[in-house]
Amino acid sequence: MTTTTNKPSTGAPGDGPDIADRSLLTGSLPRYFAPALLAGVAAVVAGLLFVSGSFGLPLFAIGTVVAYTVLITLASARVENGRKAKDRLVTTVVYTCFGLAMVPLLSLLWTVLSMGIERLDGYFLSVSMSGVTPTMDAGGVYHAIVGTIAITLFASLISIPIGLMTAIYLVEYGRGRLKKAITFFVDVMTGIPSIVAGLFVVALWMMFFGPGNTNGAAGAVALSVLMIPVVVRSSEEMLQLVPTQLREASYALGVPKWLTIVKVVLPTAIAGITTGIMLAIARVIGETAPLVLTAGSSAVAINWDLFNGQMMSLPVFIYSQVRMGDAINYERAWAAALTLILIVMLLFFVARLVSRFFAPKLGR
Amino acid sequence: MAKRIDVSGLNVYYGDFLAVEDVSMTIEPRAVTAFIGSSGCGKSTFLRTLNRMHEVAPNARVDGKVMLDDLDIYAPEVDPVAVRREIGMVFQQPNPFPTMSIYDNVIAGSKLNNQRMSKSNADDIVERALRDANLWDEVKDRLAKPGSGLSGGQQQRLCIARAVAVQPEVLLMDEPCSALDPISTLAIEDLIASLKENYTICIVTHNMQQAARVSDQTAFFNLAGTGQPGRLIEMGETNKIFTKPDKKETENYITGRFG
Repeated sequence: MTTTTNKPSTGAPGDGPDIADRSLLTGSLPRYFAPALLAGVAAVVAGLLFVSGSFGLPLFAIGTVVAYTVLITLASARVENGRKAKDRLVTTVVYTCFGLAMVPLLSLLWTVLSMGIERLDGYFLSVSMSGVTPTMDAGGVYHAIVGTIAITLFASLISIPIGLMTAIYLVEYGRGRLKKAITFFVDVMTGIPSIVAGLFVVALWMMFFGPGNTNGAAGAVALSVLMIPVVVRSSEEMLQLVPTQLREASYALGVPKWLTIVKVVLPTAIAGITTGIMLAIARVIGETAPLVLTAGSSAVAINWDLFNGQMMSLPVFIYSQVRMGDAINYERAWAAALTLILIVMLLFFVARLVSRFFAPKLGR
Repeated sequence: MAKRIDVSGLNVYYGDFLAVEDVSMTIEPRAVTAFIGSSGCGKSTFLRTLNRMHEVAPNARVDGKVMLDDLDIYAPEVDPVAVRREIGMVFQQPNPFPTMSIYDNVIAGSKLNNQRMSKSNADDIVERALRDANLWDEVKDRLAKPGSGLSGGQQQRLCIARAVAVQPEVLLMDEPCSALDPISTLAIEDLIASLKENYTICIVTHNMQQAARVSDQTAFFNLAGTGQPGRLIEMGETNKIFTKPDKKETENYITGRFG
């Protein structure tokens, strides 16, 4: 039976697509066409720009993309059919948007890397700014790394249990008004500007410990105000993804609810929860404003004690160096920025390993 | 092992909505009782009241009596968790724990309850439960592999092994074969036939041939009308229900003239 010549017995002529459109056969552009066209267009655009003497990378990229989009769509519409032409158009647009989104990211990474690598060495990572005058060609960032790690760890120590338990309450126990109220306040907390969290802790510390008490713990509390809602939200979503059937399977074996949560629900969701927590840490590790207010911005020496004295951190270090404004300060700031990015990347790498280790195994 | 269940005047609610009305029946020990009826008539809901799984849903409640031998499982001093240890359940979708190996899935009942047991004791339990579930020969060489790597039918038998490993008195099965192919279904039906020597078994099924094949007693449920609660229409020997039922409704359903 041939599908192209047999007219369907139902349907009056003129309603629905023409018989020619219903053919299962359609032309198609060869596979090498799209990349070849792209290369050709790029060459032509580059040539034209050189001839007119106005070559520039942005102009070249825009010209190439626009010309390519138009040409591939037209070519496809001519050789293939309308649906495929639309597909080619949208594919090109999607790739272009992806490329656009990558531009600032790559540019930022490149800038930080190229500016920061100059000063980033073992010495810079292992000494503090103690006894270094701002313009001296010495000093490093060790005290700020110590501060960042100590403050972020303490903030996580506060936020993860509170956030995770709130999420467990919301998913497993909460119902009615209280649940709605908690969800609402968590949403509100997500939107709190970080400086407000800092002010809140300044006021809190003023109330409990009197004026002039800036220390690492205050910074950690301020960061945990920002971190808790993020942990709650992401953990809540992960816990909701655990199928009810697994909980019921556990109940049906005579396992109490709390053991079901601890031994079935949490292990099943742990990979996603870990990722969520890492994102929350990444969110707060770069916070500057609340730390300037709470942990101080003038510490120069190594201080591991969260409860005594000012504590420097990497973002605040960057901020205070940039404010001084000499060339050497900018170098230090870039190197510190690179250090911070490396720490965050390391965290994500560890998080990946952890979630791979914990993820439910599906292999045969 | 194997206890009798005596249900009298049971009403099952979701919030204010009465889902199943006034069910009374006796479920015999060491026998298979099948619940049949159209979708939404409350047979699964009723089954879930027998091991107090119904109340896991928010606002769900029950009134009436469910006697397990001489004990009313809905008496206020009864712990629902303890009831579920006595009355095991197998669900419609196979649901092995994805984080656990086949071995751990079988002893999940003890493991999740933090019960300590010796390695040899655990090995014995795993082997016996898997043999009971006709799965031992297929998985004995890969007990450490994840349970979710098994086929659907094997997963369902793994879930049955998990349910019998805690040695319940009663085994409830909620459409255990509806997600399975005919071969796996046959394996599970054979399994039900052998399990009934030791357990009281209740099975919900949409497949009337299956009810006829595996059960000794059959209970037919139906809705009194749209928006009305489900009711137990008739219960009796499977043979009788399928050949000369007392009620016209049952006959219509059995013969396919339903509706």
